[in-house]
Amino acid sequence: MKFKNIAAAAAIAWGSVASAAAYAETEITWWHAMGGQLGETVNQIAADFNASQNDYKITPVYKGGYEETLTAGIASFRAGEQPNILQVFDAGAATVIAAKGAVLPVQDLLNENGGNFDINDYIAGVRYFYADANGKMIGMPFNSSTPVLYYNEEALKKAGVTAPKTWEEFETKTGPALKAAGYVPLSQSHLPWIFTENFFSRHDLQFASDNNGYDSTNVEIKVNHPAIKDHFTALKKWKDEGIFGFYGASWGDNQKPFAEGKVAMWLGSSGSFGGLLQTAEFPFSSAMLPYWEKVTKSPKQTFIGGAALFAMSGKSDAENKATAEFFKYLTSATAQYDWHKATGYVPITEAAYELAKKDGHYDRFPAAETGIKQLSLPAGEWTKGYRMGFYVQIRDVMNREYGRILSGEADAEEAFKNIEEEANKLLSRFADTTS
Amino acid sequence: MKRANFSNPWMPLLFLLPQLSIIAIFFYYPAVQAMQSSFYLEDPFGFGSTFVGLRNYVETLLSDQYRKAAIFTVVFTFLVSFFSLSISLLLAYKADKVLRGGSTYKTLLMWVYAVAPPVAGLLGVMYFDQSFGLFTYFVADFGWDFKLGVDYYDTATAMVVVAVWKQVPVNFIFFLSGLQSIPKSINEAALIDNNSGFSRFWTITFPLLAPTAFFLLIINITYALFDTFGIIDMLVKAVPANNPMTLVYKVYLDGFRGNDLGGSSAQSVLLMILVLILTVFQFRLIERRIHYT
Repeated sequence: MKFKNIAAAAAIAWGSVASAAAYAETEITWWHAMGGQLGETVNQIAADFNASQNDYKITPVYKGGYEETLTAGIASFRAGEQPNILQVFDAGAATVIAAKGAVLPVQDLLNENGGNFDINDYIAGVRYFYADANGKMIGMPFNSSTPVLYYNEEALKKAGVTAPKTWEEFETKTGPALKAAGYVPLSQSHLPWIFTENFFSRHDLQFASDNNGYDSTNVEIKVNHPAIKDHFTALKKWKDEGIFGFYGASWGDNQKPFAEGKVAMWLGSSGSFGGLLQTAEFPFSSAMLPYWEKVTKSPKQTFIGGAALFAMSGKSDAENKATAEFFKYLTSATAQYDWHKATGYVPITEAAYELAKKDGHYDRFPAAETGIKQLSLPAGEWTKGYRMGFYVQIRDVMNREYGRILSGEADAEEAFKNIEEEANKLLSRFADTTS
Repeated sequence: MKRANFSNPWMPLLFLLPQLSIIAIFFYYPAVQAMQSSFYLEDPFGFGSTFVGLRNYVETLLSDQYRKAAIFTVVFTFLVSFFSLSISLLLAYKADKVLRGGSTYKTLLMWVYAVAPPVAGLLGVMYFDQSFGLFTYFVADFGWDFKLGVDYYDTATAMVVVAVWKQVPVNFIFFLSGLQSIPKSINEAALIDNNSGFSRFWTITFPLLAPTAFFLLIINITYALFDTFGIIDMLVKAVPANNPMTLVYKVYLDGFRGNDLGGSSAQSVLLMILVLILTVFQFRLIERRIHYT
């Protein structure tokens, strides 16, 4: 009797599960690396998407930092448990794109699901960074940022200077004046990204052979360039003179003294804007990344940083359709504008940028427009992006050697020779993994 | 010892099976896989791999960075083992003598044992951080500009201190029980012969503690080599940069951060060989010279 009851209960339960499944939404997962305030915004986007329709349900999962998220994605792919959408950062893009078959190109995905993909809908600066050699967009440039100079308005007023346009101006005028006013004039949060990759695009210098690495995996890095060696020699000099503060290789250690008002100017990401609005207790604004006038008279646009969303392969058509629908939602002008407003990441489509302008966002927060303006500067021959494998390790090598320069252990000459040698060794190893 | 007799020869094997299968699944299978992939260069997503023979080993052993990490690992292991053993021995010797409130004192010293390595690392960050660390504030008064994550030696100091702090309670527990197992009569006899506590310790207590100390030495070396990973990762805030690193941390960085599975596997195989040597050394060379009571 008892058994019968249980069996009946189970049958009813099973029936309800089955019928629920029949009407259920298609569920997809999204692994991301957005912590803190950014993570809350991501959850909001997902909730808004889920509320906007009844057919699909997306679940965002925070997987730790960018490196951890990529590793988690790779491990899950090998185990056949991959998420539908994986957020991969700029330095990991080569790994994902080189693994042909790991992801569905976003361009194909959207076209197959009635998305009418047109690459020209996207702003110029983000179009080709996550594209393949033929210009087909592989990853959706979700959170795109670019390095900008934030400055404490009170500090600059006190020192009687404006944000420097060039490094010459900083060296002779802004830096010493801010130091005299009692501030550490400058810090930055990511030497490989801000002072290496974007140094090359800002000055329109070739960063790697084979079209900055897009055309082949047999690529060699061109990092050992006199202009950047001069830059790091200057940095070390500035550090010794007390006009540049270096607080280690971690992002937060360098942002913190700026938010606390000890450092007057900080080079960070345009995506740091939303967080700074919450933490900084002084009026701040932003300016474009300074350049060396002795290297170029016409500075170019910078690379985008941040990360892209990749649709992972091996999923059912229904789930891929859900992913495509989510991408459509995410690239809509209103969703992009909301994301841009909350975080400071640039709006990735022209329509969203227009909407932000029309809504008066930049009249209220002029600092929020710096990133997109910088990405819309004239393009140069070498400003499309770069594509190098094992780039996470190459960045680690850079960070190590830059640490040695700044602590006086090595000069720029030796450090850049080491970076070039080790990076080329890593690149040749990477080429052999894909052959 | 009483010898157990089984009527069915398969019976003991059946009882051993759970343990054997755990060892096979979680130890031998991954070890064999690591050995295999150390001879390949593999696409991280697993689409293809190229057999490269000993290239991963050659490139690892010829790399300046590997040598630098190896030297740091040796120094780090020596310092951590030495300080955590000597501090805990001192504490245990003194605790053994405490008459009043002894158990409270002992419990407080053992407490830290429960702290997981990453948590210990996080506490270390709070203590040594350049902008809010208590230690940093304190030494600044003496003119030491302590910079965790910027200065190589400052970061190494923080790593050693946190690793030692975390290990002292383990050693303390073992030393204390070792001391308590020394018969009182021996100490009393020694007291009649020699009035100096210092020389009594070195001539009577320490030799009798030798088996414990030796066991702890091996435990501490393995701890410093392999279990300090979480502490190091927290202290460098997951950005290796120009910070000191141990060989195990490098395996993690190259494999799990850099996705270079072949190179990382070769490094783990080298570490397995190191452990093998350490084990042989333990049983062949030292155990013979130590007398267990």
